[in-house]
Amino acid sequence: MVGYRFRSPLGLAMSLGSAKSGFGHWWTERVTAVALIPLGVWFAASLIAHSGSNYEAFIGWMGSPITAVLMILLLITLFWHIALGLQVAIEDYVHSGTKIWLLLITHFLCFALAVGGIVATLRIAIGVWTAT
Amino acid sequence: MAKANTFIITSSDQVSRRTILKRFPIPRNFGVPNGSQIEPGRTWTAPEGATRTKQFEVYRYNPVSGENPHLDLFEVDLDDCGPMVLDALIWIKNKVDPTLTFRRSCREGVCGSCAMNMDGTNWLACTRFIEETDSPTRIYPLANMRIIKDLVPDLTHLYAQYELIEPWLQTKTSDPDRERLQAPEDRKKLDGYYECILCFCCTSGCPSHWWNGDRFLGPAVLLQAWRWLADSRDEATGRRLDTLEDPFRLYRCHTILNCTRTCPKGLNPGKAIAEIKKRIADRRS
Repeated sequence: MVGYRFRSPLGLAMSLGSAKSGFGHWWTERVTAVALIPLGVWFAASLIAHSGSNYEAFIGWMGSPITAVLMILLLITLFWHIALGLQVAIEDYVHSGTKIWLLLITHFLCFALAVGGIVATLRIAIGVWTAT
Repeated sequence: MAKANTFIITSSDQVSRRTILKRFPIPRNFGVPNGSQIEPGRTWTAPEGATRTKQFEVYRYNPVSGENPHLDLFEVDLDDCGPMVLDALIWIKNKVDPTLTFRRSCREGVCGSCAMNMDGTNWLACTRFIEETDSPTRIYPLANMRIIKDLVPDLTHLYAQYELIEPWLQTKTSDPDRERLQAPEDRKKLDGYYECILCFCCTSGCPSHWWNGDRFLGPAVLLQAWRWLADSRDEATGRRLDTLEDPFRLYRCHTILNCTRTCPKGLNPGKAIAEIKKRIADRRS
């Protein structure tokens, strides 16, 4: 408490003031969660439906335009949601200087995984389109 | 009296959800700084001739002594004492140990002074029946506060956070010559919020306030903030929302609902916070 000496309680409570933001983060977390319900159900159902398929059949399905679009939407929504959620968890529990580094790492990682997934999906899709 | 067990907690008179463990299974003093480690204290036996007694395990801390906090065990003569936990504490103070320190005033659940943790739940000692408590009854001060002495927590920061939201009527319209009128249906919108007595049972039980209490305002203060946002006579709504819209001040609430589960007045701070978030969403689209 040494650092708090001679500071008024109200001054400490007001601190840096309001960021006047936070709604966007909160709202996007909910929008992505809602979007993940149909996308997640579609993805899980498709995987189950293709559990008996061979490699060619699966790649053919993955490369179809609708699947590619839904897959890219799923990747964007999923990793966006993960990044937002992990950010909240880190802000909740980490109060040291490592906070900023953890936030950077999680955001970079989520972004990289999303882009990697999208490139992989496009590669399959373009491969299928050029083959036909 | 008790409402059915539903999925979302809306009031503290609901039956709590069934849990396997009553508390997180770590030792009591795990990770606690040396000076705050709770040690065993002394036992005060019941007076001779007492036939109906009950044990109370009470948190004791005296900053002057230089000693660690300890748990004293008091045996209370129930035939000589009122029905509430506060009655037992007053009995102990009058008849056993006059140094036992706690806040109390109205003894009828209106002032909010005697908020403390009984059997792991925050409540008012004056509205908790002794017969509802475990054996022994475990009495601690409100959690997550600096302790001044025994059961008296330091509420300075919480009052400062309350002051931050400017809990008074604010208008631009010049003062009327008579009282400010309010339609009965607008007055109804304050029900469930104006009853808050600022005992801070909810804020003390809120994990978000444990980890980020320096910045998160906590359920009690946010319920009060909503009480002024919901008031039809107030003209500072926009500025009030500006003050609240912050990743930590408001959005640190993750709807854990410990606040609603513990409110001794049966209020729903979780709903009040949701209403604030809705208002902020309303002005965006």
